[in-house]
Amino acid sequence: MDRKVKLIKIVSLLVFSITVLSAANFFAAQDSNAAAEEETLLMATTTSTDNTGLLDYLMPFFTEKTGIDMRWISTGTGKALKLGQNCDVDVLLVHAPQAEIAFVDKGFGIERREIMYNDFVLIGPAEDPAGIRGKNVAEALQAIRSSQNIFVSRGDESGTHKMEQALWNSANVTTPEQEHWYRQSGQGMLATINVAGELKGYTLTDRGTYIKYESSAEGKPPLVILVQGDAVLLNQYSIILVEPKHCPSVEYDKAKKLSDWLAGDEAQRLIGEFKLLGKQLFTPNASR
Amino acid sequence: MDFIQDGFIQALALLLNGDAATYSAISTTLRASGLAMAASLLLGIPLGYLLGYFDFRLKRQIRIIVDTLLSLPTVFIGLVIYALLTRNGPLGEAGLLFTIPGIAIGQAILALPIIIALTATAVEAADHNLRITLVSLGANRKQIAVSTLWEVRLGILAAAVTATGRVLTEVGISLMVGGNIKWHTRTITTAIALETSKGEFGMGIALGLVLLLIALTVNISLAGLRRRI
Repeated sequence: MDRKVKLIKIVSLLVFSITVLSAANFFAAQDSNAAAEEETLLMATTTSTDNTGLLDYLMPFFTEKTGIDMRWISTGTGKALKLGQNCDVDVLLVHAPQAEIAFVDKGFGIERREIMYNDFVLIGPAEDPAGIRGKNVAEALQAIRSSQNIFVSRGDESGTHKMEQALWNSANVTTPEQEHWYRQSGQGMLATINVAGELKGYTLTDRGTYIKYESSAEGKPPLVILVQGDAVLLNQYSIILVEPKHCPSVEYDKAKKLSDWLAGDEAQRLIGEFKLLGKQLFTPNASR
Repeated sequence: MDFIQDGFIQALALLLNGDAATYSAISTTLRASGLAMAASLLLGIPLGYLLGYFDFRLKRQIRIIVDTLLSLPTVFIGLVIYALLTRNGPLGEAGLLFTIPGIAIGQAILALPIIIALTATAVEAADHNLRITLVSLGANRKQIAVSTLWEVRLGILAAAVTATGRVLTEVGISLMVGGNIKWHTRTITTAIALETSKGEFGMGIALGLVLLLIALTVNISLAGLRRRI
């Protein structure tokens, strides 16, 4: 019986301490949430703005100026728009113009404003089996299709995936789906480039991710840029405020401040100065 | 494969240099898992004990349901909890989405079936001979129940160890309910997922090793407890 008493003591002590610790944690978290309610702004954005380090570089300037603590969730554009529709975030920074316009038309968002752009490039093996080098996008996609060379797609409803679908459409080619040469990775951009590299296939990527990929391959990347500079490859990023009539809980005023700041001189200059491995990634183009 | 080696070096550097982002992720991980484990142990041990100790109608059916819930995919739990906690959802007013307690709710749901099932199994396994012996020694019902609880202490500890492992390492719930927000809800596992998607494989390996170190610490303490009881 002595050992049982000891056990009960140890266990109750353990459970007691866990409970106290958790409760303390819980209330600490509640506190910081309560304090945060006045000071924070929650944004949903795409992986490209976060993975390149742009937001980590840019947002401290905004926080310093306004005292608003920025928090962001980086995800595919599809999910980002869904988070806005469900009133879980206050503001969106995304890059899928058609989906954005539909989002605003449905009454989920307001004041869509263009902030900056970067561009997409078509990459593939240096030996270029489908012969797309230097062609425009439509010709290049038609060549890939007729040569049935492997093309790796994101396949995840991300902004890049939506862009790819739009490009197949504008090339007057139905978007491939089950064709044996068309592979949908369902993964992020860098993972998708790696899949294309392993399969000696083509893929569409934003330039920023390609720069990172190129640098990690130490100057000898298996995949190289084959098509670039076509006007249809521009990738426009816009900010959209979540409609307060649809979501009464959103921080409209703070979101508006962020939108004004991003379109203003200071942020536009900072965006232009942001470099990844010595190369400029985003071109500011807010119209005021 | 350089990045595995890099990972080891980076892991040491992160811990020794006191990298703030890493320690923030460690703290988030421990807070969410701690809350989840406290809740699931408080609920799970009594429920598991009842399920293993008593005979009642539908006992086998309930057992099958609990065992099935052991296969709950974490991404699915994450999605369901998101649906409950989103602003427009039934619990939206609580403002728990993208917070540590929100993650903990999901993780508790992950841990609960493990605690219940393993506790019940331990109780059932101990029950057979123990109850006969105790009855023959003239013990009353209360004494039998207390003695059974005592006999299954190691089984309950094993349940806690298993559930802690699951909760510490899950990524689906933390990503969906927590949102992987830097300095706030970024756990070690969501940080690994992020670094991997950024192509920073060495950093991902480093964070994985950090998580293993935490698991090692937790298990050393639990092993100490096992020896003492």
